[in-house]
Amino acid sequence: MTRFLLRRFMWFAITLFTVVTISFFLMRSVRGGPFDTDRALNEAVRINIEARYHLDWPLWKQYAHYVGPFNLDRHGPEFLGGDGSDLFGGVLTGDFGPSFRYRDYTVNDIIAQSLPISALLGTVAMMWALALGITTGMLSALRRGSGLDISLRLAATGGIALPNFVIAGFLVILFVFLVPLFPVAGWGSLRHMLLPGFALGAPFAAYISRLTRTGMLETLSQDHIRTAWAKGLTPRLVIMRHALKGGILPVVSYLGPATAGILTGSLVIEKIFYIPGTGSHFVNSALNRDYTLSMGVTILFTVLVYSLNLVVDLAYTLLDPRIKLEDE
Amino acid sequence: MLASRAPSRLRQALPYLLLALVLAGVMTLTRGARLQRADLVINNGTEVTTLDPATVTGVPEGRVIKSIFEGLCSKHPATLAPVPGMAQSWQISPDGLTYTFSIRRGARWSNADPVTAHDFVYSWERFLNPETAAEYAYQLWYVKGARAYTTTADEEGRPALSFDTVGIRAPDDHTLVVELEAPTPFFMDLMAFYPLFPVNRRNIESAKSEHPDSWRLEWLRPENIVTNGPFRVVERRVNDRIRLERNPDYWDADNVALSSIDVLAVEQTVTALNMYLTGGVDVLYTVPASVIPRLLPREDFTPGPYLGTYYYKVNVTRPPMNDVRVRRALALTIDRTAICQKITKSGQIPSWTWVPPNIPGYEGAAMEHAATLAENVKEAKRLLVEAGFGPDGQDFPTIEILYNTSEAHRDIAEVIASSWRNNLGIDAKLLNQEWKVYLDVQHNLGFDVCRAAWIGDYVDPNTFADMFVTGGENNNTGWGSPRYDELIAAAAVELDPARRMATLRAAEEILMEEMPILPIYTYVTQNLLNPRLGGFLPNIQDEHFPKYWYWKSDEELNAERAAHPDRGQLVDAPGPAAGLYSPAAQRAGAAR
Repeated sequence: MTRFLLRRFMWFAITLFTVVTISFFLMRSVRGGPFDTDRALNEAVRINIEARYHLDWPLWKQYAHYVGPFNLDRHGPEFLGGDGSDLFGGVLTGDFGPSFRYRDYTVNDIIAQSLPISALLGTVAMMWALALGITTGMLSALRRGSGLDISLRLAATGGIALPNFVIAGFLVILFVFLVPLFPVAGWGSLRHMLLPGFALGAPFAAYISRLTRTGMLETLSQDHIRTAWAKGLTPRLVIMRHALKGGILPVVSYLGPATAGILTGSLVIEKIFYIPGTGSHFVNSALNRDYTLSMGVTILFTVLVYSLNLVVDLAYTLLDPRIKLEDE
Repeated sequence: MLASRAPSRLRQALPYLLLALVLAGVMTLTRGARLQRADLVINNGTEVTTLDPATVTGVPEGRVIKSIFEGLCSKHPATLAPVPGMAQSWQISPDGLTYTFSIRRGARWSNADPVTAHDFVYSWERFLNPETAAEYAYQLWYVKGARAYTTTADEEGRPALSFDTVGIRAPDDHTLVVELEAPTPFFMDLMAFYPLFPVNRRNIESAKSEHPDSWRLEWLRPENIVTNGPFRVVERRVNDRIRLERNPDYWDADNVALSSIDVLAVEQTVTALNMYLTGGVDVLYTVPASVIPRLLPREDFTPGPYLGTYYYKVNVTRPPMNDVRVRRALALTIDRTAICQKITKSGQIPSWTWVPPNIPGYEGAAMEHAATLAENVKEAKRLLVEAGFGPDGQDFPTIEILYNTSEAHRDIAEVIASSWRNNLGIDAKLLNQEWKVYLDVQHNLGFDVCRAAWIGDYVDPNTFADMFVTGGENNNTGWGSPRYDELIAAAAVELDPARRMATLRAAEEILMEEMPILPIYTYVTQNLLNPRLGGFLPNIQDEHFPKYWYWKSDEELNAERAAHPDRGQLVDAPGPAAGLYSPAAQRAGAAR
């Protein structure tokens, strides 16, 4: 267990370092900069701005300053030529720097404001995707070949095929304009969360439904289920306690990628429903050449996806006694 | 190993535990996040870059800053002429070089400090300081010594000159004296321009001493920022809203009606429109182009003239566009009417001038053209032959139209490309680039022809004319003319308004003969606003001032609708039936 975690942590550090380095240099190599607008800057003013944001430094120095742990500007440590008033800084100290586009905020501020919102939206989407997906998948499996099974599978195929913004459009027309139940956009109350949560979770619900159906069908045909039936257990016990546990294993392994998908997929939903989450920064920061925010969000998502996958691996061992971590 | 030993009770409780955790999370996160809707909600279109008046340049930032800060002057809501703000009055010396402002007695900051002339000296020193890196610093370079102060920095980026070399002084708390390099006819307009609005010294200095590393952000936080305008900031969340509240310390608070305003940052125009239609937003500054035909008959959508030109830049350093006859031919054959009627659709005006119409006292110089497209095409063919090409584009290389990714720009580029193909036989390819790349290509003259637009900063032809001086930052065409530069320089120091306008017109004539740019249409405003909103006056800069806004009562709204039955199809006007008026207006109403 400890060895497993240690090894994963080592890989995590290597992955993160690679992601930081590659995205830093990729971002800087893109044409256009954070201060380009349709009104060009006066040359003298441009020099002042570049100096203030250290964009006039050589790239390696900007990189070292960004990663840390030492602050390289004029307040940095004395052995690097600074006055020693502010020794440390950079990603290694947990400081992602000031945003270039939202200049009244640090990247840390923006993430602290927006991440709980995205997390909440993602949780709502995931919960309903699981609830709907597992229920319909089970029903499909139990009534295999029936009309219900066929229509549920059809709906699932539709759900996978339709992008979430199309679903969002339908939902808005239905539940905002035809039957005015929910606010059209914004964030703040539970009522604001339902439509975007539904739209965001729909494709995942469909996929989970298919996975559950396949998993259940396989488990239902196994010996221990037959034994359970033979022992005379009630259908509820057989299905809920014995079959479901094996049946949803594929779903559990899908949770890691699904969570990543919900995180990165939320950007479209966040734009359509005007939700101040992290997802929209993922794209906007790149378009704005907001170097620091873009890096911050990339690092955040790397950490999230990596740790969620780890959690899934751990959960797997809880559900399936045959799987042991040491076997990795 | 772990799995087989894990107690099964834990295994069974896990889902419930997780569920409880999530529910608890939802509860904590939604509690307190909810704000009551403000008196009025506007959509600003995007998140503001900053609230620091000194370092902004954008229109959305300007809208918020004009609500929370006030300069020496503010603008009249309809004419946009400078009216007294923090300065109660001013005197201009006969030579036009010295301006003496009397600061309003009784003007206060939102921390109750009085606003003094020293605040302006401090704020403008900060504005010009190279360390502040103000993007609009050059707007104050008309002041003696200001340019040198901004552009002379030492190794560390700090100013190398003393501020005493700059012609800004405060002899006492209520007098501000400004000396200019040369007479500047529009200097008073600049005094109402938001980058020159003052900031509070105590606000910044205390942030500096409490947060030596992060003071640049700290002083702007809602709990710290000190303002002197009609509203103050109470809450902010990126990409959500800025909540403004009436500032009781504002000198003219008696005339402010709204007690709170929410400024949203909805970028999706369709989402914003949906919010407007369901009553979540009261004012939109843009609408999706596709719904314009359906909005036009409504009383709440009234497009008006706007001080902006949509045009194409021509790279005059690349053959064959280095030939003026080719540029004229390209300009003549654009089907402007088709663009305005079939694509932009809200009454945009086909344009043959660079400076848009409707500037008081200025008569634009249009490029020479005939009344119909057919005649223009004939002339264009003649010009092409003269330039050594066939009348049907023989020997003419394929040219590329650069535009930034957007449906509206693509549609216009397609019409223009087909105009050139059908009328002149010239092949034009479309090339779209993401915004920042597009700017970069434009700046480095890496294009043949390129979409562009310019919205005037102030109501004066100069805001358009001075763009095309040789080597100007926004010129980006490679074009230059010594005669043109001379005229612009002469206009800048001409004190007689009529002669000045004539000089600027002469400059525009040169531009419209040389055609480094192809004007296409003049913009119109696209405001969609709740009919109940009062005090929102149309003007050619599309500048609006929440200070004057109020909610009309049913009585006033109905009387107005009865007086103007031609305004269009009536729509819902959500809002307080009794209206919402400023304390002064209420007293006046009671007296009547």
